[in-house]
Amino acid sequence: MRRHHAGRSLIEALSRRRFLTGAAAVGLSFSALPKGLKAQEEAKVNFYNWDTYIGETTLQDFNDATGIEVSMSLFADNDELFARFKEGNPGFDVIVPTNDYCERMITAGMLQKLDHSKIPNFSNVAPAFQDAAFDPGRQYSMPYMWGTMGIGYRKSAVSGVPSSWKAVLESDEYAGRIALLSESRTMLGMAAKYLGYSMNTTKPEEIKAAEELLIKQKPNIKVFAEDNGQDLLLSGEVDLTVEWNGDILQIMAEDPDVSYVVPDEGSLLWQDTLCIPKDAPHPNNAHAFINYILAPEPGAAIAEFIQYATANQAARELLGPEYNENPAIFPTDETIARCEPQTYLGEEAQRLYEEAWTRVMAA
Amino acid sequence: MENWRKHPLVFWAFSLPPSFWLIVFFFVPLTLVWGLSFSEKRGIIETELTFTLDNYLRGLEPIYLEILWKSILLAGGATLICLVVGYPVAFAIAFASERWKPWLLLLVILPFWINILIRTYALIAVFRSRGYVNFAYEDLWTAANWLVGLVGLSLGERFVPLSLLYNNVAVVAGIVYAFFPFMVLPLYANIEKLDRSFMEASLDLGAGHWRTFFSVVFPLTWQGALSGIVIVFIPALGAFFIPDLLGGTDSQMIGNVIERQFKSANDWPFGAALSFLLMYATFFALALRALVAGRRGAGALDA
Repeated sequence: MRRHHAGRSLIEALSRRRFLTGAAAVGLSFSALPKGLKAQEEAKVNFYNWDTYIGETTLQDFNDATGIEVSMSLFADNDELFARFKEGNPGFDVIVPTNDYCERMITAGMLQKLDHSKIPNFSNVAPAFQDAAFDPGRQYSMPYMWGTMGIGYRKSAVSGVPSSWKAVLESDEYAGRIALLSESRTMLGMAAKYLGYSMNTTKPEEIKAAEELLIKQKPNIKVFAEDNGQDLLLSGEVDLTVEWNGDILQIMAEDPDVSYVVPDEGSLLWQDTLCIPKDAPHPNNAHAFINYILAPEPGAAIAEFIQYATANQAARELLGPEYNENPAIFPTDETIARCEPQTYLGEEAQRLYEEAWTRVMAA
Repeated sequence: MENWRKHPLVFWAFSLPPSFWLIVFFFVPLTLVWGLSFSEKRGIIETELTFTLDNYLRGLEPIYLEILWKSILLAGGATLICLVVGYPVAFAIAFASERWKPWLLLLVILPFWINILIRTYALIAVFRSRGYVNFAYEDLWTAANWLVGLVGLSLGERFVPLSLLYNNVAVVAGIVYAFFPFMVLPLYANIEKLDRSFMEASLDLGAGHWRTFFSVVFPLTWQGALSGIVIVFIPALGAFFIPDLLGGTDSQMIGNVIERQFKSANDWPFGAALSFLLMYATFFALALRALVAGRRGAGALDA
């Protein structure tokens, strides 16, 4: 849900959410059928991706280069992706989970090990992304795009830059003009971060403190947004919203009065990954496709079109300063140092967060 | 009536497909979910059927009962509004001329041609701060401000839009909008069957319009109202995307909690137990309805 273009039309608003789920299901019933005959893999690859999260012509270019046809289906959020795979792979070859869900799927044995000899373009990946705490040695995942979470705000309606989480989490200065994100783990994690704890805390008393902070702030909050905070900000419904950098970046192109800041207390650093799920019907093609995305030119075309920070260093080198030096795409090293990746904490901790969130919403 | 005994083949030919459908697409999935509600989580994807009641006990904790109660209030409020508005609408259709009736019915059914999710997004476009209602209100405000400006007064520094979205009223409005046709259609069916001479008699004998409605029309069409109430209230109780999209910070309904169990919480057994608690409550309400209806029937015979 955080990767779409800025058009605010009704149909788009719809297509971003559940509508596409249905479309994906229909697409799937056809693509899921063939299986087996591993030696003679059919020239197809089934790609399960976020909306507007690939280059305009990438799939066709890959087909022209290799003769392999890509059939792409879309999911709206990580929960949807995970729920689809819970009862077994419905027929996909390449999926794009975010780091914490990638970790969860590795732990659950839902991904297959990558054959690095089939992905020589891994050498194009920036050194910082050659390894990952959630996947040591990059055995199961390749990095795709990355970014931060922060506050999107309307410059003319806010005094200065809201550079602290305090503006949205513990202040009535902007009462009734704030949207928080309706995601239990992420929002409670941000509250914990503001209180000086880790975003990945598993201590019940720290989660409780985050819960109480949010409950206390509720009278000042207008809405817990379903990841449509950027729409609310653009339409003037709210003046501050907690959102993913890419979402705000896309509306900044439309409305110069909108800006984005990663608060001083630090925030969340996310990374989307390219993975091959267990029982993928076309594993060879899947490797070829991932390798193609990590090549310089295709990677540059994708990054330029979707305007997210790519982990593909060779691709970055092909792009100009308007991409590489955009602070909303690439946060400074100092900002990155203040941020934490969200990690998978196990099912017990997940339940603590969920129950805390239910109480926040019910309070 | 008992012809099927003489033609068993015909009977089976006709009853097999629907039975098959009912079993494969209704009973089997429902039984699986029911089993899930007595299961325990084992790791990330595994669940094990242990016949535990923990999920239900957890579902009966005060926090979930409070959320359920709030859902009942919101869904009940919406159902009541549907009923009160639905009666005059159903009446108007039933009493319209034969030429207009199909068109009016079509107007009631027409929204079904558009996906409910699109219609809910359309509501957002209508009611948000920079939506069509507020645009119209702003025009009126500007005109009025100009008028009072002529005599040296002012309505205020600048126009303040109405906050119509992101509260419980918006959720109730969204539910009414979504489920209103389900109330009108059964009401219409009952009013249509109503013998008009009863009303004429009541009016001739000196009863006013209100009296006629409450003493004659309402008791005779109550069955339709009851059907409408049931088919509006039950889906309204489980609504989740309407409070998601239109609700404010305290609009969480039980449907939202259930949705989260199947998605971010990844706790399908608990989600299944909550769903079934809702279903048991619904069965209870339906049984009560049947009981009331049965008693009414018996009473009519006695009289």
